[in-house]
Amino acid sequence: MSEPLVMGIETSCDETGVGIVRGTELLADAIASSVEEQARFGGVVPEVASRAHLEAMVPTVQRALDDAGVTLEDLDGIAVTAGPGLAGALMVGVGAAKSYSLATGVPLYGVNHLSAHIAVDTLENGPIPEPAIGLLVSGGHSTIMMVEDLAGKVHQLGASIDDAAGEAFDKVARLLGLPFPGGPYIDKAAEEGDRGYVEFPRGLSAAKDMERHRYDFSFSGLKTAVARWIEMEKRAGKSIPVNHVAAAFQEAVCDVLTRKAILAAKEHGVETLLLGGGVAANSRLRAMATERAEDAGLTLRFPRPKLCTDNGAMVAALGSHLVAAGVAPSEMHFPANSSMDVTIVSLADAL
Amino acid sequence: MLTLVVDTATSAVQAALVEIEDDELFLSAFRREIDSRGHVERLTPFIEECLADAGRTSADVGAVVAGVGPGPFTGLRVGMVTAAAFADGRGIPVYGVCSLDGIGGNTRGRALVATDARRKEIYWAVYENGARVGEPQVGKPAELGELDADYAIGEGASKYADELRIPAEAVAAYPDPVKLAELAAGRVRSGAPTEKLTPLYLRRPDAQAAKP
Ligand SMILES: [Zn+2]
Repeated sequence: MSEPLVMGIETSCDETGVGIVRGTELLADAIASSVEEQARFGGVVPEVASRAHLEAMVPTVQRALDDAGVTLEDLDGIAVTAGPGLAGALMVGVGAAKSYSLATGVPLYGVNHLSAHIAVDTLENGPIPEPAIGLLVSGGHSTIMMVEDLAGKVHQLGASIDDAAGEAFDKVARLLGLPFPGGPYIDKAAEEGDRGYVEFPRGLSAAKDMERHRYDFSFSGLKTAVARWIEMEKRAGKSIPVNHVAAAFQEAVCDVLTRKAILAAKEHGVETLLLGGGVAANSRLRAMATERAEDAGLTLRFPRPKLCTDNGAMVAALGSHLVAAGVAPSEMHFPANSSMDVTIVSLADAL
Repeated sequence: MLTLVVDTATSAVQAALVEIEDDELFLSAFRREIDSRGHVERLTPFIEECLADAGRTSADVGAVVAGVGPGPFTGLRVGMVTAAAFADGRGIPVYGVCSLDGIGGNTRGRALVATDARRKEIYWAVYENGARVGEPQVGKPAELGELDADYAIGEGASKYADELRIPAEAVAAYPDPVKLAELAAGRVRSGAPTEKLTPLYLRRPDAQAAKP
């Protein structure tokens, strides 16, 4: 087969994404987002997201097909995020993908959102050398993944035991009076700040935690520490230096993320480290990871910021990889699985 | 015209193929399963099975009719997106119909049609000899006021029979796919333009922030 032409559908959170790729070439990346509506609530309201997905689904598919200059009949596969994510939101994408597949006869691939975050890097930097370590950081996940084979052998080395990194950004942004979603605003504020202004705690980095939670993260204590620090300053009648606090907070998050990801790579003899997820768009995370990967002799890869956040292109990229690898399509009856295990790359019945 | 009918506004996951001819409608295949949590797993396989039963393929379908509720949101959306995507995938029109009419359209006399809206509420409408009187509503079964209906029918009627002040049919009734097709038959026959399906939510989304 020539390079597979695959459409990917992503509705695990608040972005309705439809991407189309041929092999590792990105042809379309159409997105409709309910983030502006969500901002009113200071977070993602599942019902608001699900309503928006239903509204946007067919128009976003049409836009992607137009952008790519292809028709549904041309496709070799339709891939869709089957999980993890918000159950009601996932169901809209899964329902649509199944029905498009049935209507057109194009094979269907139910895939894992986390592996899709890894696969999207192929669109920018070509095939991924295996094994690779993936550091996935977003509002929904903070995970270190071992990718032995992107077509079906992936497992988790560690993850956040409480808040995701992106949630910590949102919560601290709120404490600092910055808008939702917090990531980009903290990144911007931190540009003018002093990273060493306050030394905020690095979760699960003490010696005893490194035994039990070697590759795990914890960000709820960090958020509490920032809240407490702000309160003390206010009580002392001082004004809050937003830029400095943003920079110091961001430094703490990026420090522990990159430190543990690089440790995982070294201890597993893996030479490639990939960044993905919305927080991977953070400029400090990229800079710090670049520096530390170089020091450790690792190859660091990450796609441009727009491909780091949730989108359909990442799902299409994984779908294309699965089709090329000859992985069997999924059967029509698979569920949307809000807590889908990271080891399930796709819902093929024979792997 | 071979018409695909889907309705997921109640706990019944339903798909059917209905042949809409000039003056008659025939049910050619039908699947229904009561499974309020199984919409996304069951619906597309049901359509596949209906096509197989009828000895037809997706390419033979000329129009799609979807129940647009009111109904519990998550399941309702599955049916609607399935209908819309199938129609888009085949380049055929899709038409929306009120799911309550799929029950009420078959009633005689004055009937209250009530489906289960969860949270101890019902979606309801009153029908006079099969024609709906007013817009569908959502509310607590005990607080409907003077209804001027002789009896109640539907999942919500059997579930809340004790709270409704009129006799309720003990056997739950679900939207009838042939009735749903009939409600859109004029549009199907005349080749009316495809519709943007809008769910009858009747409730605002809960506005408490949740984890992304
Ligand atoms: Zn994500």
